Amino acid sequence: MSKYYLNYLDELESEAIFILREVWAQFQNPVILFSGGKDSILVAHLAKKAFYPAKIPFPLMHVDTGHNFPETIDFRDKTIEDLGVQLIVGSVQESIDDGRVAEEKGKNATRNSLQITTLLDAIEANKVDCAIGGGRRDEEKARAKERFFSHRDDFGQWDPKNQRPELWNIFNGKHFQGEHFRAFPISNWTEMDVWNYIKRENIAIPSLYFAHEREVVRRDGTWIPNSEYLILEDHEEIVTKKIRFRTLGDITITGGDESDADTLEKIALEVSGMRQTERGNRSDDKRSESAMEDRKRQGYF
Amino acid sequence: MLDNNQLLRFTTAGSVDDGKSTLIGRLLYDSKSIFEDQIAAIEKTSKKKGHDGVDMALFTDGLRDEREQGITIDVAYRYFTTPKRKFIIADTPGHIQYTRNMVTGASTANVATILIDARHGVIEQTKRHTFIASLLQIPHIIVCINKMDLVDYSEEVFNRIVGEFEQIASKMLVTDVRFIPMSALLGDNVVNKSENMPWYQGAPMLRTLETMHISSDINKIDARFPVQTVLRPQSDEHRDYRGYAGRIASGIFRPGDDITVMPSGFTSKIKSIDESEREIEEAFAPMSVSITLEDDIDISRGDMIVRSNNKPEASQDIEVMLCWLNDSPAKPRAKYSIRHTSNEQKAMIKEIVYKVDINTFDRNTVDKSLNMNEISKVKIRTTKPLMIDSYRENRTTGSVILIDDTTNETVAAGMIV
Repeated sequence: MSKYYLNYLDELESEAIFILREVWAQFQNPVILFSGGKDSILVAHLAKKAFYPAKIPFPLMHVDTGHNFPETIDFRDKTIEDLGVQLIVGSVQESIDDGRVAEEKGKNATRNSLQITTLLDAIEANKVDCAIGGGRRDEEKARAKERFFSHRDDFGQWDPKNQRPELWNIFNGKHFQGEHFRAFPISNWTEMDVWNYIKRENIAIPSLYFAHEREVVRRDGTWIPNSEYLILEDHEEIVTKKIRFRTLGDITITGGDESDADTLEKIALEVSGMRQTERGNRSDDKRSESAMEDRKRQGYF
Repeated sequence: MLDNNQLLRFTTAGSVDDGKSTLIGRLLYDSKSIFEDQIAAIEKTSKKKGHDGVDMALFTDGLRDEREQGITIDVAYRYFTTPKRKFIIADTPGHIQYTRNMVTGASTANVATILIDARHGVIEQTKRHTFIASLLQIPHIIVCINKMDLVDYSEEVFNRIVGEFEQIASKMLVTDVRFIPMSALLGDNVVNKSENMPWYQGAPMLRTLETMHISSDINKIDARFPVQTVLRPQSDEHRDYRGYAGRIASGIFRPGDDITVMPSGFTSKIKSIDESEREIEEAFAPMSVSITLEDDIDISRGDMIVRSNNKPEASQDIEVMLCWLNDSPAKPRAKYSIRHTSNEQKAMIKEIVYKVDINTFDRNTVDKSLNMNEISKVKIRTTKPLMIDSYRENRTTGSVILIDDTTNETVAAGMIV
């Protein structure tokens, strides 16, 4: 006698596949926002499953800040080749060169908020009507309020107080010319679910997630990797530590943790014992209590 | 986590004073789902605002406006995991002007938790929350009789409130109700069994959530497969593949089953059921699969594949309990888009039969308006047939939404009677 219920990972997978197929059915020109981080890798993996044996019927879009970990770009290119899909790149460097945005100055400068302009420009230039992201509701309190199908006005802005109600599994992606949607198929996954699923499916992820010896500097309670963009203060010193990254953002703002976790099993075990949120090491989220809500209102991921 | 751990979705409804945030905070905290940096941030803000102790609502209220006004407005989703289950909390406001948010949160829940302040017993808000749980057919209700510490952990008070609740519940369609006396603040019967209430023989809340039987919450009898999209690969290897992709709404399908495609009425047999690369022997709700058929027939999004010996009703005239979600009221005889599973048609509200007072359950047949947060029984006419079941029997094929084509907003949610 078989059991007629799904375990939690199968149910999350089925829900995400349903959302991805719904996006394809309701929109003309969707893309998957692909950063090379584990969440967007997961979304690409789920999209592959959703449309198998056909290929993923839409492109991946990468908003390239220029401040990447080199491993991330290599991983991105290999993913594109394996999936046989098109890659669209929106370049923050080009937005700077074109005078669309101005670079922040100083030691804590980041290109994080500059991505908003580049993203919205790329969405407009490619006539994208739905950008699929790997955002999760457990990541951050503003994201906890996010819909699966999230409306953006013709300026790309999110209005959290006027969101469309989402009932049952009926999703309303209707929109006017110039507006677009963001869709979040893994809304209901937690960080732990993501790791358990990556482990179960044996999904390839960049080496940055595994503990390696790296050159780092201690800053604001975290280990910032050495890179050509790093500006050292007088009292700061580059040291070598065994480090792994829990999230991947720009190389300039993503802090790592000291760790010995060099396999998926060890990572899952380590994450289950973590007492800090994963975005706690991201200086972009530390700027204020509503940093994420403010960026999201403007059009951030 | 074990491989067969299930996912359970539950709602909480309430306002600041009910202890809702305290209860959620305790569940999350005791299951180690709140992180140290989150607690540090909440402590900092609580202090800045001059609150005594830590204000758990700061954790659950995610938007700046909510934190500033100290109220929950929108549904927020919270997650926690125990060694037995993964839980999703749809945390909703409790006030009448946010009925639509409660309805939204309730639509996908297995369990409704209803908070009662032991000092006050069943009040108007309790009736409203129970009515919504019943209307949305949430399969299980846990009545948390909270703040027992303030009534000396009295069994008599508990029994009196159970009696009050059973009286209102008897007027509604609720099947599985459990009562738990607790103090969320002090932790009695939330995660750990209370030592202050030895007269209570039942399990604490978390254990109840971990062990209640939810596998039967989804209809496993009536096989329904709404087609989302058609998969036709362009590669040489799979040139002849034509798969109908979708998520099984209810029931069980197997290769070889005799099926009928609705509304066309064409019949065929299931050739294969695929879960990505894997061909499977049977599929049941809520699995996302791709189905191939023995015959080449014209099927597209909005069609429904069903077993030939058990078909839903195809109808253009439907009666629904409609909850109005939008601040502009319903326009009788105006056209809306109606969405039912993957099917979309045009629809008109032909008649408002009666409006329900959700505090007293009285029916009003005189007032024919339908405003935001109100619930009415209405008659709807659609341009083409919908393949419907009653909401009581099938939450997926028994539900609809209405979309206003002039704004594209989702304006109403309906449960087919």
